[in-house]
Amino acid sequence: MDAAIKKQLEITACKVRIGIIEAVYNAKSGHPGGSLSIADLLTYLYSMKLNVDPKNPKMPDRDRVVLSKGHCAPALYSVLALRGFFPYDELKKLRKIGAMLQGHPDMKGTPGVDMSTGSLGQGISAAAGMALAGKLDSAGYKVYAVLGDGEIEEGQVWEAAMFAAHNKLDNLVAIVDNNGLQIDGKITEVCSPMPITDKFDAFGWHVITMDAHDFDDIERAFDESEKINYKPVAIIQTSTKGRHISFMENNVSWHGSAPNDEQYKLAMDELNTRLETLLKEEVL
Amino acid sequence: MDVLIKKATRDSYGEALAELGSVYDDLIVLDADLAAATKTGMFKKAYPERFIDCGIAEANMMGVAAGLAASGKKVFASSFAMFAAGRAFEIVRNSIGYPHINVKIGATHAGISVGEDGASHQCNEDIALMRTIPGMTIINPADDIEAKAAVKAAVDIDGPVYLRFGRLAVPVINNAENYKFETGRGVLLRDGSDITIIATGLMVSEALNAADTLANEGINARVINIHTIKPLDRDIICKAARETGVIVTAEEHSVIGGLGSAIAEAVTECCPCPVIKVGVNDVFGHSGPAADLLKEFGLSSENIAEKARYAVTLK
Repeated sequence: MDAAIKKQLEITACKVRIGIIEAVYNAKSGHPGGSLSIADLLTYLYSMKLNVDPKNPKMPDRDRVVLSKGHCAPALYSVLALRGFFPYDELKKLRKIGAMLQGHPDMKGTPGVDMSTGSLGQGISAAAGMALAGKLDSAGYKVYAVLGDGEIEEGQVWEAAMFAAHNKLDNLVAIVDNNGLQIDGKITEVCSPMPITDKFDAFGWHVITMDAHDFDDIERAFDESEKINYKPVAIIQTSTKGRHISFMENNVSWHGSAPNDEQYKLAMDELNTRLETLLKEEVL
Repeated sequence: MDVLIKKATRDSYGEALAELGSVYDDLIVLDADLAAATKTGMFKKAYPERFIDCGIAEANMMGVAAGLAASGKKVFASSFAMFAAGRAFEIVRNSIGYPHINVKIGATHAGISVGEDGASHQCNEDIALMRTIPGMTIINPADDIEAKAAVKAAVDIDGPVYLRFGRLAVPVINNAENYKFETGRGVLLRDGSDITIIATGLMVSEALNAADTLANEGINARVINIHTIKPLDRDIICKAARETGVIVTAEEHSVIGGLGSAIAEAVTECCPCPVIKVGVNDVFGHSGPAADLLKEFGLSSENIAEKARYAVTLK
């Protein structure tokens, strides 16, 4: 990847993380940990990959994103706001009465949200339906479904995995965010879904592994995904829950709780320092 | 005298889908390995490229239906009522109901008339479940004519629709020549002033038979067919409550949460009156021939007439 582009992506991803913390802090509830672990992924998709138009969010031939791990809506909202789908200030109204931004994605109320999600395991089925519609219409769009590693404990995910492979939905890419933690603890200790790669492989998917926080590797993975025919693609991304906020990293207690005033300040200081450094490096 | 013709509404469903397939080239039909039983096989035969078998995976099927409909397709998703409304309830609620997506759910083998398969497959809870989903239209047609018309009407409804069909051949009571289906409108089949019998699905013909019996005894029963359980035609129901003072409801469904409950909820708000429910009395069914089961569980004209005789004493 071109160094200048990579730097730009890192800057954008940092702004996305700032948006996540702003939103969850103001809401006083929400899911920062898993939002931070997919911030780089969504930044890459919306900056480099997706054919979407913020002025025409329902454009029929657009690429679709289904956030199957819907509780990580703050990451999606932050990316959509920065991409111009709606005003940035909406982030600060997350989860409040009368707000556009619901606790989990609402396709009816939020421009850029392609599917209402939140109940785990359901988004991937809807994504498969969208991909099937694309095949029936010979449309060129792609559908990206983002799943949690805990989420794939849901049986419906594997019904969908079977369906997508059977119907050769090579326009469907499922990204599994393997941060290793779910509400009750480590995924390997709660009810292990491992090995994830072997499972998708056995279900007939083309499987790619990816470092979730390295844009060179993200680019490699998505480039590979585009070369696959007749099979859906599963990208298993190894990520860090709470990425780039030191006290949130790999700490399961940040799955679903908001920072208090002091923690908010600490988190924002870390992110702003990172942003300043990145901007300085960009100038150099 | 007219010859009594009988037909299962699942056959009507299959035939109507096959007809609609030629009208709408964006109509997609999904099934979960039951095409031969739900009769979507008729559509599959005519339009194989637009028929998707999802296998024995109803949860995924409902989600796929949502994704197809969100991409502009007209989608019918079919299975037995037990699995469409029961197993897949939460997917119907969250992936179809909450975003108010244009998916039509064709649920066959509803009620106790499934027969020999027994309690595991006799779904007497689906209307109750579907009624709780905001924006869900629920249609439970009485016969072949009504079922076909309902399927065609459902295509034009904006939002999710739950269509309920049966396995058992039931009498055709409507006249195809002058039949007109209006979603959300109750149908006055017989006027009367002493009592109102409000029925849905295969219980409508039983209600008409009960009204004949009652007429011979000097009880003048009004009969209303409620094919659309949601949205409910409150006007025709409240008018009946006001004018006849007592209501008997009849449905092939649990007495908890179905037509009887909906009617009772409606009249308590407009004109409180006794509502006596004929339905499955909070028990599971069991195996046996459908006709015998209907009698055993009180889903008969005889039981409706008996309840009506009692109901008029409450006035």
